Amino acid sequence: MTTPQPSTRPPQAAPGEPLLCAEGLHTHFELRQWGFVRVGSVRAVEGVDLTLGAGEAVAVVGESGCGKSSLARTLLGLHRPTGGTVRFDGTPLNGLSGRALKRYRARVGYVQQDPYGALPPFMDIQRILAEPLIIHGVRGRAERERRIDTALAEVGLTPAADTRRKFPHQLSGGQQQRVVIARALLLRPAMIIADEPVSMLDASVRVEILELLRRVQREHRLALLYITHDLSTVRHYVDRALVMYGGRIVEQAPVTDLLARSGHPYTEALLSALGDPDADNARRQREVPGGEPPSLVHPPSGCRFHPRCPHAMQGKCEVEPPPPDFRPRADHRVACWLHE
Amino acid sequence: MADAPLMEIEDLGLSYATEQGTLRAVDGVDLALHRGEALAVLGESGCGKSSLAKTLLRTLPRNAYPPTGQLRLQGREVLGLPEERFRREVRWVRIALVMQAAMNALNPVVRVGEQVAEPLRIHRRASRRQARQRAAEAFEEVGIPTDFLRRYPHELSGGMRQRAVLAMALVTEPDLVLLDEPTSALDVLTQASIMNVLKRIKHERGVSFVFITHDVATASELADRVALMYAGQVVEAASARAFFDEPAHPYSRLLMAAVPRLHQERPPSPIPGRPPSLLDPPAGCRFAERCPWAFERCGEPPPMAPCGERHHARCWLHPGLGGER
Repeated sequence: MTTPQPSTRPPQAAPGEPLLCAEGLHTHFELRQWGFVRVGSVRAVEGVDLTLGAGEAVAVVGESGCGKSSLARTLLGLHRPTGGTVRFDGTPLNGLSGRALKRYRARVGYVQQDPYGALPPFMDIQRILAEPLIIHGVRGRAERERRIDTALAEVGLTPAADTRRKFPHQLSGGQQQRVVIARALLLRPAMIIADEPVSMLDASVRVEILELLRRVQREHRLALLYITHDLSTVRHYVDRALVMYGGRIVEQAPVTDLLARSGHPYTEALLSALGDPDADNARRQREVPGGEPPSLVHPPSGCRFHPRCPHAMQGKCEVEPPPPDFRPRADHRVACWLHE
Repeated sequence: MADAPLMEIEDLGLSYATEQGTLRAVDGVDLALHRGEALAVLGESGCGKSSLAKTLLRTLPRNAYPPTGQLRLQGREVLGLPEERFRREVRWVRIALVMQAAMNALNPVVRVGEQVAEPLRIHRRASRRQARQRAAEAFEEVGIPTDFLRRYPHELSGGMRQRAVLAMALVTEPDLVLLDEPTSALDVLTQASIMNVLKRIKHERGVSFVFITHDVATASELADRVALMYAGQVVEAASARAFFDEPAHPYSRLLMAAVPRLHQERPPSPIPGRPPSLLDPPAGCRFAERCPWAFERCGEPPPMAPCGERHHARCWLHPGLGGER
């Protein structure tokens, strides 16, 4: 029996087909009472279409409870989608199991939000980084150490020999996140999914980690899916950004276009609620739509944003959900009836 | 004494006993706050800003040594007050607190209306009816419908809970409200609406705020003045205008350049290095190791030097200290 080797080959997707392609993706979670009576479901991801090209960096922006993490976990194969398809490198993920799923996971790196929680506290860095190599059948201690050193050097944790002997608590938050990124790179993945990788870090470190992700993404031509709640951290680090609201993608565009000419009222609300540091901020009230983010158990009808939307059109927005692809510009898509 | 600052902090110090030795979390902090002002205490994790907040309210953990220095409220020293008098005369009477995790600040089994009224019953000896009346007014002030008074905390959204905690802090009409990262657990839109409420209350009621935060942009949403902390010390204290437009300390400048911005072509640049350990801080300037402008003199500890009206920076480069720019 051959041990599956971690893939070192370049992405094999057919020319023209993106590396990752999700269509009509749904991830619902059943709500049960007393463990068995079904009382409803949380519709965390609802009809998401998403493509990610080899070597493309894409941000998914949304507030907590918008379904962005469920989307990430579904793409990682940690949740089984309730509906829709995901194809990675030409192969459907639905129903992957056992060895095929393991092979898939070797090709997708994962960077979590809380680096300390992501690193087992009782293992030293050497052991933490050797683990995925052992699991995915990289033979020979010397080869593993060589790979670990390369990965540590790549994320700037040099001299690697010093870092390998340390335990997670001996590293700063930024260094811990570098170890997590090194671990994600170890098996030479084709794609990295980073779920809020910098939200627990300090401002001065945040940019370092974002730059590092962008650099390795470019150098290895990785596909990067960067999940964040903070629209101000996307500009220089991704090519394209998607905005999620209530389990759906409401807008997607090249990142500078999205920031300069947003088309969806929700994106506009996010942009006007955020500000760059300025002494005048203290003297003005910001425009904020009233209300609360939608419930994913009992979502509003029609457009999920209509109860809070200043431009909602009666008789239209609350009735029919807008299709996801009105195009104010060729590469800019908005799910909003205003663009019909 | 009309012009005496509402609050004056002088040479405040706070240390913790740890297994590795004594950790000096706050070291020689001087700050002044006038009535109606909002002071943002800005800093990254471990800079001592939360310890400073805990010292002001005396909610220190057991391993803290008694704080040193002076804390004066309207000219009266309160740091040395015995705990019982501090509780009766200062905490929640003069200084109230809004903390980060609103869920932890609320008792899950008591209706929010009763919790908001409770400080009045305890500190102002209000009757049950008066207290309920005032709680309802406080709810309106922070933008919660008054029928929420009878609800339990879990029935409120995160933003509503944070508003309820704010109502609880305002209900006794304290001189000073201490905000400890009040919005960092909240979403962007909720955060903006809470900041709107704070701005309105500050404007309408002239409440004074000390606003602890790690986020430069959030600080600019409320601050009249900014104090930037680094490794247990205040390194720059200035009006918000001076701080955001012309920061004087190298750390302030680098921090400003490290903040990602929505509308800026130039990418932000990180600050290499990390803060020193507070178990054994360097003898000289604590930022020198990371400072691109450091020179020999930085081996000595720089004092806070004036560099404008109510503007001070702890840096030898400053003209006031004979340095050249």
